[in-house]
Amino acid sequence: MYSLGSESLIKQAREIQDSELQKFYNRLVKLLQVKELGHETLDSLQRLHLILCANKYARTLPSDLQQRLLLLLSSPSEQLQVLSSALLRETLPSSGEELNNIQENISQLNTHAAAVLVSQAGSRAELSNLCAQLVHGLEGRPADGPARSLMFTLPVLKSILTLSPECLTEEHVTILSKKLVDWLRYASIVQGGGASSGGFFTGSRSRQPLPTAELDGSVSGDFFTVLCVGQGFTEDQWMNVYSFSMLHHWLLTYHSVSSSNNTMDTDDRSEVDGSVVSMVSATSSSSRLLPPKERLREKAFQYCQRLIEQCDRKAQKKTDTELQKACMVEAVCILDCVCLEDPSMVFRAFPSIKALFGRLSSDLSFARVLLPIAQFYLNHGEMAAVDCECVWKLVFGRFPAELFNDSFLAHELLRFLRLNLESLQLRAPEFIRFLPNLLKFLAWDSSAAVDDFVDLLPSLVTEGTAVEMFHTLLDLPCLSATLVLQLRSMSLPISESSSRGLLSLDAFRNPAFRGLFLFLLRVETGSGHTIDRLSTLHDLLAEAADWPRVVRCAQIVPVLLHIYFNTVVTVADEKLLAHLILVMLERSSLLLAIPTYSKEIHRVFSCHLLRLCKLRPSLVVDQSHELLEFAGTTVNVYSKEEIYTHVVWVLGEYLSVSSDSRCSVTHITSCFETLEAVLFEITSSAPPPGTVCPAPKVITTLMSALAKLASRSHDLIPRVSLFFSKLRTAAKSDSVIWCADEGDLVAIVTRGEELWSLLKTPGVAQSVLTPPPHVLTPRWHRDTNLAMPLQLRVLTRLTHSQ
Amino acid sequence: MVRCFLIHTLCPVGALSAGESRVLYSRLFGPDEAVLSKQQLGFSPEERRLLQKEKISVVARQVRSAVALSREASGRQLVDAVPGEEALVLQDADNGVVRLRAGDPFSQEMSVLWLGVQSLGFTLACEPHENLLLAERVLRNLSRHCLENLHMLGQGSEVLLKSSRIDVLLSRLLPHGQLLFLNHRFAQSLEKEVAAYVAK
Repeated sequence: MYSLGSESLIKQAREIQDSELQKFYNRLVKLLQVKELGHETLDSLQRLHLILCANKYARTLPSDLQQRLLLLLSSPSEQLQVLSSALLRETLPSSGEELNNIQENISQLNTHAAAVLVSQAGSRAELSNLCAQLVHGLEGRPADGPARSLMFTLPVLKSILTLSPECLTEEHVTILSKKLVDWLRYASIVQGGGASSGGFFTGSRSRQPLPTAELDGSVSGDFFTVLCVGQGFTEDQWMNVYSFSMLHHWLLTYHSVSSSNNTMDTDDRSEVDGSVVSMVSATSSSSRLLPPKERLREKAFQYCQRLIEQCDRKAQKKTDTELQKACMVEAVCILDCVCLEDPSMVFRAFPSIKALFGRLSSDLSFARVLLPIAQFYLNHGEMAAVDCECVWKLVFGRFPAELFNDSFLAHELLRFLRLNLESLQLRAPEFIRFLPNLLKFLAWDSSAAVDDFVDLLPSLVTEGTAVEMFHTLLDLPCLSATLVLQLRSMSLPISESSSRGLLSLDAFRNPAFRGLFLFLLRVETGSGHTIDRLSTLHDLLAEAADWPRVVRCAQIVPVLLHIYFNTVVTVADEKLLAHLILVMLERSSLLLAIPTYSKEIHRVFSCHLLRLCKLRPSLVVDQSHELLEFAGTTVNVYSKEEIYTHVVWVLGEYLSVSSDSRCSVTHITSCFETLEAVLFEITSSAPPPGTVCPAPKVITTLMSALAKLASRSHDLIPRVSLFFSKLRTAAKSDSVIWCADEGDLVAIVTRGEELWSLLKTPGVAQSVLTPPPHVLTPRWHRDTNLAMPLQLRVLTRLTHSQ
Repeated sequence: MVRCFLIHTLCPVGALSAGESRVLYSRLFGPDEAVLSKQQLGFSPEERRLLQKEKISVVARQVRSAVALSREASGRQLVDAVPGEEALVLQDADNGVVRLRAGDPFSQEMSVLWLGVQSLGFTLACEPHENLLLAERVLRNLSRHCLENLHMLGQGSEVLLKSSRIDVLLSRLLPHGQLLFLNHRFAQSLEKEVAAYVAK
């Protein structure tokens, strides 16, 4: 599709020489001077456009060419309008006067010229000016003006208002509100374009205009909406379409709860009580008393009610069925907006919303329509005293489980969660039990959903969900693989077997392993934190380790774990944190075997183990038994080096009376013995086959830990000395089987020497190896030793007479 | 409102670095953000234009990366198509939506819808509260017209040399970035106008 030809055209356009360009400009000016603008002119204009676009740096056109182009903006030929508009938008704006000239003839303005004005506007004032003129143009237009000349006005206004709503004054808002009411509610209900009920052989007398029809072919019985069809359309019917298309945004901008003033409403409300309305236009008589904004709100309400009714009809064309879906979404959103502004409308709106929910909730193809309905329930359900549980069961229970692979639904549902977190936590706090379900979006399309989850995760980590969340995050790649298998299982017939990647599929379908997969695919929390046969599951999914989705998923897990830990320290008590440390130790060997996944997770664990223990040093004493068990297993030195190092460091640092008064000499001694045993082992034998020599950091950390422990319980010092002398002897012989590099060995021995000489003065050793906190954290003026001289100096200066 | 509509490459382009996308057509709607933002009042028109172009290339790059990830994950193979198979190609096209955070690159958060047709992508960046069902529909419609009117399945360069056709298409189906609720009759009427323009 994208050919070399196109690439070379762009290259040519970018590299055009100045002289050639000037010649081109001159030729173009000459061409534009001719009365009849032919093919060559249009072609040249198009080529000029390519030249201007090809470069991101702006070019300035010679002023005579620019002038000509400005004139072309009001040419009767649309081709010239389009081309000149495109060119002017690509160049730097001309001086204000020329643009003002265009603006003066606002009735002559076409959509392409308007585009230039909007994009070249240099200030808010210019935009306000343009808005004022456009509104004025809409207001005072003669009834028999050119057919669709001002139809672009509403879109232009909207494009300006999106970025700068202040460009319209209160007066303009009122004028437009009135116009919108007219177009939305009072557009003609007969077909335009000269369609008539007469047949082929009729004369002019029997030409009666036909009424518009509904999408299913029946005759329209009520006011015109976007879901009405006809052979041709009148101008106000077009304006009906344009008005509805911008209605939601208009209401959001000018009718938000903070900007409306509700003082005028209360008197007129009494007539429009909720229970009475069945026919949507029944209230039209009373609403004439309302001020323009409120009237618009009322008409918007009626329009949306009618749309919802019209969506129940079966459209004859498929494309219209899709439009009906979009209309349902829009109608519900507008009703939500209107009800937020005027809560008394909730009682009128709820019946139809509820009916719509009832109709659509069993059909998953309407899932995206059900989201705005859920939003409505969330915002107004409490006021209407309606039970919303079925809504949440559907939205959080069914949608993620069955539609996790619909990227648009995922995007909208996650956005719904993000925007309504606070509201959900208040009104539907049980949503959090659907956590495993929500994570399915993340497991399926990690790169798309991770951004949303970075925002959502902190609110989803609570005391109740912390442990389960931890396990689920670690097994997210497994969930990813399982979802892939689930889809494959549905699409492939059961009899088909053995090609790439189907060993796991067989396992998925095998009843013996059903429970494992069902656990991963669970919808709600509460059925346990994890499963016993996790290693079996990992083996079954081993071949999934190179599936793109699983790999992507594995890449985002460390990021989310960081966020998880950062959040969990704020909500967890010490008991929970202790439990998490145990889970970390346990899971460090229970991870799906994806290359580098274990390593990354170990890195996250190490980082947070350190932070947790620094925050709550007593955790170390509390969990000393488990930590020692981990540290005493020599195999861990080789297979989980990073975590091992950190566990040992943490033991050395925090297993002391100053961290926790429960720490006894027995604790310290048993820890010492465990670590000593491991150290002896790894420095006397070769690493097991298949592993490398331990990094110097492990050995020095072990040595430091031993030294720290010994400094707290001085009877252990001789044993340390014994080890260091053995080390020195061993190092004298050139090579050792447990250390690959000579430089490393030297570093280790040197460190040993340092520690040993330090331990020769036991009293000092403890302060040096484990400095008390007030030494580590500078206290500046709060430190009495430092502060005194400073204070004296200040006082002296003050009291000394000048 | 739709902020911009782009047509850009999804395949590697020789002259660009990996991951970069060549923008073949771009249209920004509405006034320039830089003019209205409170902080950036110091920009000259050249700088503003440059900023706009950069924003567009950021969007194109993000979409390219999202499409690459999506295609890799789904494992689908791209089959070459010839002119005449537009409807089939569109049916097969992969699509999705990307969230762009506020500030990256537009001042507000954006939902960017994309449609990947072989080696070219059609992208619509709109505000997240817009009706995305409608936006999807409009994007598909625009893409179909572009593929047909500009013979994009062939080796020609009409997308570069006949960009005015896209401008007219946008002026009818997405005027000034406004998504329209068009039933088949309204749509027919507008499409007739576009067809009349193209025929000239």
